[in-house]
Amino acid sequence: MAKFNTRTEVDFVVVGVGAAGGIVASELASAGFRVVALEQGPYMHEKDFPFDELFYHNDELGITNTRRWPSTFRRTDQEKAVQADTVNYTRCVGGGTATYTGSSTRHHVNDFIEGSLWGSIAGTGLRDWPITYAELETYYVKAEWELGFSGLGGANPFEGPRSKPYPMPPLPIKSSGVLFERGAKKLGLHPFPMPLAILSQPYRGRRACIHCGFCSGFGCTVGARSSPAYSDIPVAEKTGRLEVRPNSYVREISTDKNGRVTGAVYFDERKREVFQRAKAVVLSANAYESPRLLLLSKSTRFPDGLANSNGMVGKYLMFGGGGSAEGIFEQPLNDYKSVRVTRLVEDFYASDPKRGFYGGGQIDGRWGSGGPLAYALGGALAPGSPRWGAGFKDALENFNHTMTSNIFSTSLPLETNNVTLDPELKDAWGVPAIRVTYKEHPDDLKTKAFLRERQLEILEAAGARTKWAGPVREARSGHYLGGCCMGNDPKTSVVDKFHRAHGVPNLFVVDGSNFVTIARNHPTCTIQALAYRASEHIVRMAKSGDLKTSH
Amino acid sequence: MAAQIIPSDSTPGAREARVVHFIDQALITFARDTQARYTQGLKDLQMKTRELFPGADRIQPQSPHGGDDRGFPPGSALEFSGLASAQQVQLLKAIERTEFFTLVRQHTIMGFFSDPKYGGNYNKVGWKLVGFEDKFAFEPPFGYYDRDYKGE
Repeated sequence: MAKFNTRTEVDFVVVGVGAAGGIVASELASAGFRVVALEQGPYMHEKDFPFDELFYHNDELGITNTRRWPSTFRRTDQEKAVQADTVNYTRCVGGGTATYTGSSTRHHVNDFIEGSLWGSIAGTGLRDWPITYAELETYYVKAEWELGFSGLGGANPFEGPRSKPYPMPPLPIKSSGVLFERGAKKLGLHPFPMPLAILSQPYRGRRACIHCGFCSGFGCTVGARSSPAYSDIPVAEKTGRLEVRPNSYVREISTDKNGRVTGAVYFDERKREVFQRAKAVVLSANAYESPRLLLLSKSTRFPDGLANSNGMVGKYLMFGGGGSAEGIFEQPLNDYKSVRVTRLVEDFYASDPKRGFYGGGQIDGRWGSGGPLAYALGGALAPGSPRWGAGFKDALENFNHTMTSNIFSTSLPLETNNVTLDPELKDAWGVPAIRVTYKEHPDDLKTKAFLRERQLEILEAAGARTKWAGPVREARSGHYLGGCCMGNDPKTSVVDKFHRAHGVPNLFVVDGSNFVTIARNHPTCTIQALAYRASEHIVRMAKSGDLKTSH
Repeated sequence: MAAQIIPSDSTPGAREARVVHFIDQALITFARDTQARYTQGLKDLQMKTRELFPGADRIQPQSPHGGDDRGFPPGSALEFSGLASAQQVQLLKAIERTEFFTLVRQHTIMGFFSDPKYGGNYNKVGWKLVGFEDKFAFEPPFGYYDRDYKGE
């Protein structure tokens, strides 16, 4: 692996080595550039992950500590934000991909042209992306094959055109998947295997899933869950041009008097401030942190934050809608084993004007808890169950008889939903904390209510002897997207269709912050497709002399 | 308290899982910053005992040495443990919304279900109660409903 002196002006600094940053850093190094990839968290490996629920509950890895990295929340700017665990994500090399479920359905063709299809909705930013599904399709393929996804192409009748199948078949179905499929088919729906960023068979020297059950929320002990940390990065490190620098917490992107970025200032693991020089910077810190970093990077030329002359940085934060329904069945599912989710339907994905509101979503069948500890502490017990005593113990014995259905639904982009710097609270490094302002559009809540009814119908049709769903709640957290939106118009977007910041020629933003609208599915594989596409274009610009790199 | 949160009846409870041993260890390791809350909470518990059951007998020795099986001398702490089970339940119902009860409930659950190396879940009684197999690697079929699954 490379090791660059901080005074060396490398070609690229990539900030954040997660779903997007891990790919961009690797692609740039493979294309011949010298890259320093700065990650705030540690570099974890398989051996660091024990089969121990309490270990993770206590955050012994130190990767989700909301006391060191606090945040505040308010619904509107009329309220004072209060400290909350809103910003809570995995901080290590790989980022969310080190601990996520791995759900990997693609966006649909229509997700990129919502403005043209539905028309504008007053008070919202519903609009088209500056790219189409067709332009992104080969990069979905690249993500599926480079990272290693398992799935069944063509099984989802609602998926867009696919030029290549998945590299390997889906993982074996679980009881929750069988029951979900049974119920869905009875209702005339079209269940299909959930594509997962998890290897169902050995692939490119990596091991297949061992169905251990310590999946979402845990690190993978065999490296079967496909994170750039396990696939792309090790390969790129062998080029000798990529240095992944963990425990490096970036607090500012610096610029010169010409408005070009010159590098990144970060705290090293001893909290000393270090400046890494670079010819260009790629921000891949996620939809909370990339806007925050731009807002922190003020200068005379950019008094409101780097690349924020139009005031759009941080705006249009979207969480996506979530909601769980549970069912208890006569026989044991043992659904704690293996991966989280094996079946879903997209029959209610598209918006339908006949419903009377904008929105739609995905419904799946899964195991909703972790192990017994999470089950006993968490929300998968029937409402009204006693919280202690003999009745509580009885409720716990439903552990092996329970399954969950989750939704992923739309959030309309609202300018009033945004990321800003908290005026008072600071984190453990003295950096202003993230303040989240978020209140959903009424159509988002109607969509959740609509899908909730569908979930209960599916569980009923599947033969649940008891079923329930919590009330529809306003989202206070979720899958964080938007904040540095892509767009052709420099007045209303932060980056152009090639992820280059408007007005800052050697600054790029490549991560979930670029999303224009949220689609109705887990965003990571779209983030990864965008990252492969962005990398190709950044390489093109660098090689044509546009970024003044040394190549 | 733990024995009422997860009682022993036809199946093992917190007592068999040695939850109290787990809590002892937790209070000097990962949960050490809750020690003060335990000290105060247990004091409050005794005050509540005297308030609700003013005529209750003082400590019922549970060991030949007097005091309870943790070695506290008679008449000092833990009068709660001297109450009849139904009385204990009644008292806990009265405090079930307090922060202290919430804390003890959380630690009891942890002590019942966490890896035995932390001092609780003795003989894996917690895991056995819910049917959790600690193999940490499995092969399909996983459960009843996918056992005979023939394909889409």
